[in-house]
Amino acid sequence: MDIFGIPIQALMGQLLIGLINGSFYAILSLGLAIIFGLLNIINFAHGALYMMGAFCAWIGLTWLGLNYWVALIAVPVVVGAFGMLIERTMLKHLYQLDHLYGLLLTFGLALIIEGLFRYRFGISGESYPVPELLSGGFNLGFMFLPKYRAWVVAVSLVVCFGSWFIIERTKLGSYLRAGTENPQLLQAFGINVPLMITLTYGFGVALAALAGVLAAPVFQVNPVMGSNLIIVVFAVVVIGGMGSIMGSIVTGLGLGLIEGLTRVFYPEASAVVIFVIMGIVLLLRPAGLFGRER
Amino acid sequence: MNGKHIGWIVLLLLGLVAPFLVYPVLVMKILCFALFACAFNLLLGYTGLLSFGHAAFLGSAGYLCGYTVQGLGLSPELGLLAGTVGAAALGFMFGSLAIRRAGIYFAMITLALAQLVYFLALQFPFTGGEDGMQGIPRGHLFGLIDLSDTMNMYFFVLAVFLFGFWIIERAIDSPFGQVLKAIRENEPRAISLGYDVDRYKLLAFVLSAALAGLAGATKTLVFQLASLTDVHWHMSGEVVLMTLLGGVGTVFGPIVGATIVVSLQNYGAELGQWVTVLTGVIFVVCVLAFRRGVVGEVALLIKRSGIRP
Repeated sequence: MDIFGIPIQALMGQLLIGLINGSFYAILSLGLAIIFGLLNIINFAHGALYMMGAFCAWIGLTWLGLNYWVALIAVPVVVGAFGMLIERTMLKHLYQLDHLYGLLLTFGLALIIEGLFRYRFGISGESYPVPELLSGGFNLGFMFLPKYRAWVVAVSLVVCFGSWFIIERTKLGSYLRAGTENPQLLQAFGINVPLMITLTYGFGVALAALAGVLAAPVFQVNPVMGSNLIIVVFAVVVIGGMGSIMGSIVTGLGLGLIEGLTRVFYPEASAVVIFVIMGIVLLLRPAGLFGRER
Repeated sequence: MNGKHIGWIVLLLLGLVAPFLVYPVLVMKILCFALFACAFNLLLGYTGLLSFGHAAFLGSAGYLCGYTVQGLGLSPELGLLAGTVGAAALGFMFGSLAIRRAGIYFAMITLALAQLVYFLALQFPFTGGEDGMQGIPRGHLFGLIDLSDTMNMYFFVLAVFLFGFWIIERAIDSPFGQVLKAIRENEPRAISLGYDVDRYKLLAFVLSAALAGLAGATKTLVFQLASLTDVHWHMSGEVVLMTLLGGVGTVFGPIVGATIVVSLQNYGAELGQWVTVLTGVIFVVCVLAFRRGVVGEVALLIKRSGIRP
C-alpha cells in the first residue's frame, strides 16, 4: 500500500518518530513556558538539564544498578533539586535586572554542564537498554509499533495534560497564574512567592529531566544531545508563543509531526523546516500562534 | 585630549608594535574577533538588542569571501566586499524578522535563524560541508601587494580593523547613535518622540551584520580556511562573552574582551574540554558579579579616584 508513492510503513515509521520528537518538544517547551511565566527567564540550560536527566538514568543503571522505573521517578527529583539549588544560589540575584542576564547566566550554566559531561564521557555517547517490560512491539498490520515508543508518546501526553490540568484547573495552578500576572499583589495576599518561584523552576527542570529519562532508550545518551535540541525548542516556543500552556503542547506535537512528514517527502529540508516555519509565522503573526504581546 | 583620544593612540601603538612581540597570526586573529565583537556591541551595548545569531554573519561572509577568491578567482579586496555585502543582505533578512519581537524573543529568533544558516552551510555543495573550504589563496591586494607575506597581511588586517572600528565609533557618536541609545534606554519614549524605532533597529542590525561579515571575510583570508566552526552557535555565544567580559556598551571593551578570550583559547589549548567549562564559568561570574566588564570597571575606578583624563 502506497501513499503518494511512499510505502505506508515508511510513512508511519517517520510519523511515529515525528510524534516522539514532538513529545519532547512539547515537554521541553512546556517547561520553558512555565519558567518564563513566573521568572521571566528563558532557561538556556534546559537542554543541558535534559541531557543531565538522560545521563543520570544511565549512571543510575550502570553504576548503581537502579532500573528504568526507579530512574523515571528519582532522576526528575534529583535534577529538579539541582535546579532549585541553581535558582536559590544564582538566578535569585537577577530578578531585578534586565531579562537578558537570565538568558546569559543560564547559557553559561549550559556550557559548564555540557563541558563537564563531555570531559567525563567524551562525545561518542552511551546506549541505554529498553526496559524488559517495554521491549518488543505490536504488529498493527500496516506497521510495526515498538512498545517503548508508544510508551514515550503516552507518558508525554499524560505529563503534558497533567501539567495543563494542574496549572489551569487547580488552586495551586491559580496561584501560579496569579504570580505570572502580578507577583507583588500575590505576595500581599500572604503567598510565599520566592518559595513558589523556586518550586516552579524546580518543576520546569524536573520536566526536562523526565524528558531526558524518556529519551535515553530512544536516542544515544550523549553530552551534546541537549544543545542540539534546545535551539529547535526555542523555535517551537517562538512559533507557539509562550502565552498558553495548551499552545506549547499543541505546537510541540504538531511541529514534530511536520518534521516527520518532511523527512519522508523532502529529507534535505527536515533539519531546517521548523526554522522556516518560524520565519513564516513571524511574518504573518509575530506574536506566535497562541501568543499575546506582552 | 580626552579618554577616547588616548584610547585611539594606545590602540594604534599596540597595533604597530604587537606583531614584533607576539606571533603575528595570533594578533590577526585577535583583530578579527575584536572587530566582530565591536560590531556585536553596536547592537547589544548601544541598541539594547541581544543577538544570539551573529555567528551566521561571521561564517557566511567567510564562505562568500572564500568562494569569491577561490571559486571565482577574484582578488582579495573583492572577496572582502562580497563577504560584507552578503552578510549585510543576510542581516537585512534576519533583522526584518527578528525586530518583530522584542527582548528575549529577539535572542531566540536570531539563534534559530543562525541555526538555519548552519544547516544550510552543512548541506550546500560549495561550502565543503564538514571539511569546509581549505587552502583559500590570500592573493595580491589590488594586484600589487602580496598578502601571502605575513607582515603585509598583518598590516592589511590592522587597516581593515581600524576602518571597521572607526565606522562603529562614528556611528555611535552620530545623531543616529544617539537615537539608538534612546531606544536602548526607553523605547516607548523614543517612539513618542516620533522616531521610527523599527527602522533604526533594522539599520543598526544591518550595519552590525555587515561589519561582522567584514571580520569573518578577513578571518577567512588570514587562516585561508572557512569552516562550520564559524557558523556554529558556540561562536555566537563566544562573541557575547567577549563583549560582556570587556564591557557592554563601552567603546574599547569588546577589543579587550576579544583579546582575553582569544589569548585564553590560544594558550589554554591543552586544557581541552575544560575550555568550554571555563567559558561557562566566566559567563556566570560576569553576569553575577562583573556586569560592567573590564573596561567598565576601570572607567568607574578612574571616575571614583577623581582623575580627569
